[in-house]
Amino acid sequence: MTDTPATLEKLTARFGERSWTFSESANSANRRIVVPSGQVFQFLEFLKTACGFDMLAELTCVDYLHFRGAADRFGLVYGLANTGTNERLIVRCFLNEPDLAVPSATPLWESANWFEREVFDMFGVVFQGHPDLRRILLPDEFEGHPLRKDYPLRGRGERHNFQRITREDS
Amino acid sequence: MSISTLEIQPSHVEQEYRWTLNFGPQHPATHTTLRLILHIEGERVVDAVPDIGYLHSGFEKIGEHLNFNQYVTVTDRMNYISPMANNVAWHHACETLMGIDVPKRCQYIRTIITELARIGDHLLCNGAAALDTGAFTAFLYAFNQRELLYDIFETACGARFTNSYTRVGGLMYDVTPAFIEKVRSFVRTFPRVHADIVRLLNRNRIFVERTKGIGVLTKAEAINRGASGPIARASGVTRDLRKDEPYLTYADFDFNVCCSTVGDCFHRYLVRMDEIVESLKIVDQAIENLPPGPVNVPMGDRAVLPDKDLVYTTIEGLIAHFEMVMTNRGFHAPREECYAAIESPNGELGFYLVGDGSDIAYRARCRPPSYIHFSLFPHLIKGHTVSDIVAVLGSLNIIAAELDR
Repeated sequence: MTDTPATLEKLTARFGERSWTFSESANSANRRIVVPSGQVFQFLEFLKTACGFDMLAELTCVDYLHFRGAADRFGLVYGLANTGTNERLIVRCFLNEPDLAVPSATPLWESANWFEREVFDMFGVVFQGHPDLRRILLPDEFEGHPLRKDYPLRGRGERHNFQRITREDS
Repeated sequence: MSISTLEIQPSHVEQEYRWTLNFGPQHPATHTTLRLILHIEGERVVDAVPDIGYLHSGFEKIGEHLNFNQYVTVTDRMNYISPMANNVAWHHACETLMGIDVPKRCQYIRTIITELARIGDHLLCNGAAALDTGAFTAFLYAFNQRELLYDIFETACGARFTNSYTRVGGLMYDVTPAFIEKVRSFVRTFPRVHADIVRLLNRNRIFVERTKGIGVLTKAEAINRGASGPIARASGVTRDLRKDEPYLTYADFDFNVCCSTVGDCFHRYLVRMDEIVESLKIVDQAIENLPPGPVNVPMGDRAVLPDKDLVYTTIEGLIAHFEMVMTNRGFHAPREECYAAIESPNGELGFYLVGDGSDIAYRARCRPPSYIHFSLFPHLIKGHTVSDIVAVLGSLNIIAAELDR
């Protein structure tokens, strides 16, 4: 956790100060940077090659639809880890409808493959250049993206694709 | 999996000797419900396409509708082989989000139960891996010891299997002298059984020949593919969150991180077997140095229900209890986000929590180790024979309930 200032200096030297912001979570548990969604792949590539973040430990998404004061709809979370120095960094970028597409991180980390498929499955975010972007947990016929906040907890999608057979039909 | 992806690829049509085999979802060697579509050439697996989601039950969606204490019952159902570790991981993440420091005694007890859960998880994994590869007896020895662990957990919290023992800012109950006695007796008697299992398997010719050199994962691939826990350590990644990002009280204890550089199924078994010994060392140190004092944070912190003695005899206790169970008056999570992970028996088990000011998580993302490890499977099995599938699956310790959530 001690090397983060060095990482930040490298990021400033490469990307300038304007395009990204650094913050810590309230209890200093996490360090995170927010980057523009158009540049996320360049940031990730730079963090991997120049700053030693060799492991993608986590990739997920948050839907901020009902979050008070939120400006953007979806927030992607890349949890990077450096297995040499045990440094962690969270990279955030925000997406809005209708442009829910970011470049895939699979060329950098193989572990992004299934993470991105899950985010696509649950949120409908498209990862461009992903080798096999299919639904992973839900069946292919499933409609909708259940972890979006406008998807109800109950009442939709459970049996929608099963044909209803009545006594007359059988 | 749609029909289109199941169709035999054009290149396979030309080569008639290559055919497709369906493995699972109901197969004894998958242990739980998962499916593989294998392209095989004689006995060799050319390609494997995993198909998961049979046990998906929307745990993360449920997490957005249950409060931080209620959701712990759902975490029990994730990795049901070591539910105590999941409980600890969940409330570790909640407390990181809220900035709560639990008392020393609570940290020690959580350490003890996590390590006991690790012993139980590794016993099951190794026992089942041996069972699948033809060594039946070790499995019975391992399960016999798991029974003792269930007894210990039952003494601690009343439940044997789905424990739900932790709470935000503390534990369900403090432990009793009976618990301490049972843990001590386990620490005393277990090494003999461990030695028996080692003697049954380490030089067992059938077991060794079926696991050595099978499913090799190199160090670079382990990091790049996000492996963690015993699987990464068997490949030479020296990462262990207990040492690297000390949480709870792991910094107080003397233990080693077990590693290997080979990275095949046999060395994953060896790493797990050695980790059991190290866990036992931690349990022994923790139970002998268990500090006195409360297990829950003080009543003023407004995080846990106060002790029943206080509720029944003092007005402050009664008010605090009443306020805690009222909606909008209980504890609040800040409008903040955080990721917190622990070293679960299977690897890095993390939760990404978003708080929105209420006592219900806005987003409760679980980073399950099994999910990452199962994505390694096609890579590990390529070029091996059909009979090696069970050896590799066994060594990865895939828990489908955690895989699909």
